[in-house]
Amino acid sequence: MAGELFNLTIHEAAEKLRAKEVSSRELTQSVLDRITAVDDKVKAFVTVTAEQALARADEMDNLLAKGEATSPLAGIPINLKDVLSTKGVRTTCSSKILENFVPVYNATVAEKLQQAGTVLVGKTNMDEFAMGSSTENSGFFTTHNPWNLDTVPGGSSGGSSASVAAGMGFLSLGSDTGGSIRQPAALTGVVGLKPTYGRVSRYGLIAFASSLDQIGPFTRDVTDAALVMNTIAGYDRCDSTSINAPVPDYTRGLTGDIKGMRLALPKEYFVEGVEPGVEAAIRAAVTKFEELGATVEEVSMPHTKYALATYYIIAPSEASANLARYDGVKYGFSDKNAPNLIKGYFSTRDQGFGREVKRRIMIGTYALSSGYYDAFYLKAQKVRTLIKSDFDKVFETFDAIISPTSPTVAFKIGEKASDPLAMYLSDIFTIPANMAGTPGVSIPGGFSEGLPVGLQILGPALGEEKILQIAYAYEQATEWHKQRPPLN
Amino acid sequence: MKLEREVVDNVASLARLGLDDTEKERMREELAPILSYFEMLGELDTDHIPPTAQVITVQNQMRPDEARPSLPTDEVLANAPGREESYFRVRPVFGGQ
Repeated sequence: MAGELFNLTIHEAAEKLRAKEVSSRELTQSVLDRITAVDDKVKAFVTVTAEQALARADEMDNLLAKGEATSPLAGIPINLKDVLSTKGVRTTCSSKILENFVPVYNATVAEKLQQAGTVLVGKTNMDEFAMGSSTENSGFFTTHNPWNLDTVPGGSSGGSSASVAAGMGFLSLGSDTGGSIRQPAALTGVVGLKPTYGRVSRYGLIAFASSLDQIGPFTRDVTDAALVMNTIAGYDRCDSTSINAPVPDYTRGLTGDIKGMRLALPKEYFVEGVEPGVEAAIRAAVTKFEELGATVEEVSMPHTKYALATYYIIAPSEASANLARYDGVKYGFSDKNAPNLIKGYFSTRDQGFGREVKRRIMIGTYALSSGYYDAFYLKAQKVRTLIKSDFDKVFETFDAIISPTSPTVAFKIGEKASDPLAMYLSDIFTIPANMAGTPGVSIPGGFSEGLPVGLQILGPALGEEKILQIAYAYEQATEWHKQRPPLN
Repeated sequence: MKLEREVVDNVASLARLGLDDTEKERMREELAPILSYFEMLGELDTDHIPPTAQVITVQNQMRPDEARPSLPTDEVLANAPGREESYFRVRPVFGGQ
């Protein structure tokens, strides 16, 4: 299994491509065969683009043979979360309201990956409009965790995380509004990076909460995440919130050396609700970091406990505004039986949106409505300032923060589906970084009850190089990232 | 906290969500504990704290006023539920009550 092509990392596959030991077509066929073999169980994909992928792989083999494809991503089969617009390839957001939507332009990240020579094999399942932590809110079907098919793969980017864990793509891009890259990465034992807000263009990302959304990679190791960041990061004039700062070579810090680094361990991240197996894994990671020459000190981030409430006001408020565009007029599902325009809005949106999306539109509309705005939305924005200041203070003296990514390992399908608040608690350790706009990565940090535990490393704004450096040192000193789910 | 039915009716109407009675009652039950959970923010004194709307320092993004190609009308309208010539066709605005 470990020797199978579909289980390689990007940098391993790229080496084999360069050495002509393997072709892009063989890599792509291997991934497509893997999808055929296991995706009826995992259900990671909404759309598989097999024919286009093979044609594209042949095209890349030609360019590789001529030495005209120089990116380390050239010829590598990838997939994208179905929240990212792909020209000519159906993009659904796992929502009935966009079930037949075919974008007329590429998201900037899709365009950049295409320019780099990647081969798109499909679009992955997610919680509808990225609202959820398990993919159970998908308008189509639930994705299963490859480590234990009775459990969830996390969410909202659960199709992305499951596909990379199960060998159905060397890379997936997801989006992270409150943890939707890091939490599923943790639950499926892969690397998931949420960059600084604005570091990666959001043009062509179907909007959820615009002040929080950020795109980032799922990969099988830290080196791959750095390679992908080299390709997707940077200013984009199509996204007025993208940061105009030079893009470093993110592989530069991957030396294994973190001697003298100062790591903060926030005591508020080790509270009730954290499973003993998760806490034990993170405590063991602390010891490992100390062996590597870093110092780890406990700190306090006193506003952590308010982050979840703040998030569930701000994100639904922004979502309720963003989702106003689904009106059955310009694109997407439309109730053809509605007698007039206004009734058409009501019935189209009632039939097109799923339960969780409606719930969040209701929360957001409530929080923004006259008489409640100051008490909810404005209050939440003020608390957001306090949460951000917790981070600012820690990063005055520390290089990074380490914590569990999620309080639990993968939970059973159905376990939290009927209790929205319990589901929301899955994201308590990932949400604060979205509030602060700072980067974070989840890497494999051990196992508990046979399921992967995610180790989260959070850095200051534009600190991706540093958190990848720390992540790489830990990864190279452990064997967790070499484990693959026993899926047959 | 208890959520009055009129509040649910009003919010659903503002959000243009055509919820039926069952859905509205379910919303009442599901939203109440979530809104109660938000009350914890009242513990914090934020009178002198400025709000954060977004986290990056970038402000006005100016660009040269140059003509660039826009998306082809036919491609854009290909996704439209209703189309007439180069327009979106919508349902009647008046009538149909």
